[in-house]
Amino acid sequence: MSGDDIRTTDGAPAIEIVGLHKWYGRFHVLRGIDLTVKRGERIVICGPSGSGKSTLIRCINRIEPHQRGRIVVDGIPLTDDLKAIDEVRRDVGMVFQQFNLFPHLTVLENCTLAPVWVRKLPRKEAEATARHYLARVRIAEQADKYPEQLSSGQQQRVAIARALCMHPKIMLFDEPTSALDPEMVKEVLDTMVQLAMDGMTMLCVTHEMGFARQVADRVVFMDEGQIVEANTPQEFFEHPQHERTKLFLSQILR
Amino acid sequence: MTDDATTVSATTVSYVRRAMAEPEPPPRAARGFYGFARAHLFDGPFNIVLTLSSAALAVAIAVPLIRFLILDAVWDGASRVDCLAETVGRPVGACWPFIAAKFTQLIYGFYPWDQHWRVDLTFALGLVLLVPLLIPRAPFKLANAILFFGVFPVVAFVLLVGGRFGLAHVETRSWGGLLVTLVVAGTGIVVSLPLGILLALGRRSGLPIVRALCVLFIEFWRGVPLITILFFATYMLPLFLPGTWTLDALLRVLIGTALFASAYMAEVVRAGLQAIPRGQIEAAAALGLGYWRITGLIVLPQALRLVIPGIVNTFIGLFKDTTLVLIVAIFDFLGQIRAAFADPNWATPTTLFTGFAFAGLVYFAFCFGMSRYSLFVERRLAQRR
Repeated sequence: MSGDDIRTTDGAPAIEIVGLHKWYGRFHVLRGIDLTVKRGERIVICGPSGSGKSTLIRCINRIEPHQRGRIVVDGIPLTDDLKAIDEVRRDVGMVFQQFNLFPHLTVLENCTLAPVWVRKLPRKEAEATARHYLARVRIAEQADKYPEQLSSGQQQRVAIARALCMHPKIMLFDEPTSALDPEMVKEVLDTMVQLAMDGMTMLCVTHEMGFARQVADRVVFMDEGQIVEANTPQEFFEHPQHERTKLFLSQILR
Repeated sequence: MTDDATTVSATTVSYVRRAMAEPEPPPRAARGFYGFARAHLFDGPFNIVLTLSSAALAVAIAVPLIRFLILDAVWDGASRVDCLAETVGRPVGACWPFIAAKFTQLIYGFYPWDQHWRVDLTFALGLVLLVPLLIPRAPFKLANAILFFGVFPVVAFVLLVGGRFGLAHVETRSWGGLLVTLVVAGTGIVVSLPLGILLALGRRSGLPIVRALCVLFIEFWRGVPLITILFFATYMLPLFLPGTWTLDALLRVLIGTALFASAYMAEVVRAGLQAIPRGQIEAAAALGLGYWRITGLIVLPQALRLVIPGIVNTFIGLFKDTTLVLIVAIFDFLGQIRAAFADPNWATPTTLFTGFAFAGLVYFAFCFGMSRYSLFVERRLAQRR
């Protein structure tokens, strides 16, 4: 995406999260999250499993509803208002750990579905956009195949292209490389790095620390439903402050 | 084994392969009939016993069946006399002239003779619209579907009932035979699938009142035998309706069977809905699709594909259940055959068996056809993905 840089310089935040709480039944999964994401900012969220990091980014497009606190995405407050939710979801792309491609549709149909039905784009135009983004994730020649005919890395790149076809302002990644075959991790990370270079606002739950060092503006470390530490990657990896962070890093960096 | 592989042994730690092994064809298995029989039919003493006893059973069933239906059968005749062993001078199997003599009655019931063309025309129209709908490569699917599901029922209703456009009115009381069987089964099939889908979606809905109503509906219709429903619709419903308000007897039965089938269909569809991973719905929601689009574009196409065998199973069950309408004095195909037994003109020792054998063949042809078609659709969908 050489021409269409979407990073804007105005100061309004892309995402504003204030005092966010969420419960699953009696389990208090998010316990007061405050996080502001600037436009064009790249944030990597890490932490042990069960720390609430996936839940946090799933709250941002309200795949999970929250019970207390405020989330404002691109100026739109997220409440039970369905119109607001739809508006936010149109502008926020999401990539899942398990890809979640639609198995009964071809790669191209996966990519044109939302532009045609949600954005009401003419099919021709949607297909042109889809082919553009499929080429960008270097998978254009697979457009007419079905997802299960592709490797895991290819599927995840299709999932990224599918999200990009809606021209999102913000991209959420929920452990995008955790379900990949080891040899496929790099091709997906490369795609994400390229996206980051183009100035996309990104929130990425991942344990790929190389990726965090390379592209993140900030690394956020979570445990027990709260943000334990947040810092630039340099400071975060070289001088962790909190004991929990030090322990975590010592476990994963070895 | 290449000599390359032998260099890896317990004593050597370091190993580097020099050449990659090329793929080889699998070992030659025994081929031909003899090889197949050895491998699958006569593979050990237990299998030999099983094979021989199955073969004996097949012969024991097939031989008398073929004798009755074909070899010993009487093919020509004008009355019962031609089907008696004394007349023919040998043991007698099926008495086919009986079926031939009663054939119109089996198809049309007591539909007026001079109006039979209306039934024929309806059958022909239905066939002409249905066949291209079932052939995947035939064009104009949407128009075809609208004609078959939207226009055809109205045309068929006007044609069969009449009282309009110069067509004489024919009371449903005089309908019968295959006509009634196809009308009841066809209506049931066409109504039960969409209604069943809606009920299944309702049962999984997040809205408590919708869900409760759907559960209540499904459990009520599933929990009551069809005979009870038919009986209630025919004999008790009129007592509850206000004096002048009457519903046609056949219509009441149609509604009863359609709702009954819908409840079963709902549970079949629900099984399919439950098999769709949450991630599919989440991914569609994250793209900004709303409930109905997620349901129509993502969930149902996958769910219905999974439960095609169950759906067709319900269709087949419904087709055979239509024979129960006999107990409310509607003479469907089977009912007409049983009515024909009463004709003293055709009373022979084998009339009963002939009638039921013919009924069995006809019902089997319809049900087997549905079953094979569903297999065809399953295979086709499996190829596409």
